[in-house]
Amino acid sequence: MKILVVDDFSTMRRIIKNLLRDLGFSNTDEADDGNTALPKLQSGDFDFLVTDWNMPGMQGIDLLKAVRADPKLASLPVLMVTAEAKKEQIVEAAQAGVNGYVVKPFTAATLKEKIDKIFERIEAAG
Amino acid sequence: MSKNLICSDNGLEYAKKLVDCIERGDQEEAEKVMEDLSALREGQLFQELGKLTRDLHDTMVSFQLDTNLANLAESDIPDAKERLNHVITMTEQAAEKTLCAVEVSMSLADSLRDKSEKLHENWGRFRKRDMDIDEFRKMSTELDEFFQWLDQKNPEISSSLSDIMMAQGFQDLTGQIIGRVISMVQDVEEGLVGLIRMTGQKMAPKGGSSKNKDKDGPDIEAVGPAVPGVDKGDIVASQDDVDDLLSSLGF
Repeated sequence: MKILVVDDFSTMRRIIKNLLRDLGFSNTDEADDGNTALPKLQSGDFDFLVTDWNMPGMQGIDLLKAVRADPKLASLPVLMVTAEAKKEQIVEAAQAGVNGYVVKPFTAATLKEKIDKIFERIEAAG
Repeated sequence: MSKNLICSDNGLEYAKKLVDCIERGDQEEAEKVMEDLSALREGQLFQELGKLTRDLHDTMVSFQLDTNLANLAESDIPDAKERLNHVITMTEQAAEKTLCAVEVSMSLADSLRDKSEKLHENWGRFRKRDMDIDEFRKMSTELDEFFQWLDQKNPEISSSLSDIMMAQGFQDLTGQIIGRVISMVQDVEEGLVGLIRMTGQKMAPKGGSSKNKDKDGPDIEAVGPAVPGVDKGDIVASQDDVDDLLSSLGF
């Protein structure tokens, strides 16, 4: 299981990577915005994407849309971990095809629950 | 400028009166009418002068405000930007320091668990007398090594915990800096409101709504973390709200 963690704050990337490692996912890579994340996703064999929304350069929502528009990446599970807490934003992300949405500040338990749920659904579907 | 009052019904009346007096040869009355007419003219002049004086005063006051605002724009706002950048740096350093300490402690905790699990298992076998003398000697050596390891690693754990505690000092410092920036922002706000009042423009009460109307495009703007007391309306209050909203959308 290879996971890409996208956030412009290195501390947040680190926190998420540590939490993922605790959950047993140690094969992770990082990017600081959509522009650096997208080439990594297109050239790497990632199984899961965790992304922030508000980033300089390409924002998380645009990264999500780009992923869904790319035939090779369209089915990649995407979890959004963001401080953006407006209902219209959550609806927007859902319409763009997000698999899970976690608002910051979050707990390790919340992150685990959302990740577990995403994989459960994928297994049930496939 | 006195044209307005002279060329009016009032002025016409005076003029007719004056013609009448001259025709009648009433010198005294004619002079009185002329005096009234020039009083009318002077009254208008004083009114204009008063208006000019008031305008001048208002302009002077607004210039003063302008200077205050210029000071704010020239020095205080860049200063505040720097302060806030410093807050970012400090909080980042604190987070970095804390994470380093946590990573060290976590790896120590993992080693501790592995070592004690192994010793616990052997100890159980010894208690059940399911251990020969060679194995017992081996376990004794391992126990010695384990205690030595504990003595050696204990200071590392303490120092990590202390690092985490010390790193939290950023809260005090950043809190003070942010407090100062807030008061500066209040000054700017007051200055701007004063300036707007002074220039006689009414503050558009629905300034925000027209902006929202413009922003009808497909792209949705990121606004950052919701701030209690500032952001109101359609903000989710917790992860539960997010989950409810998503499940209402069929998630």
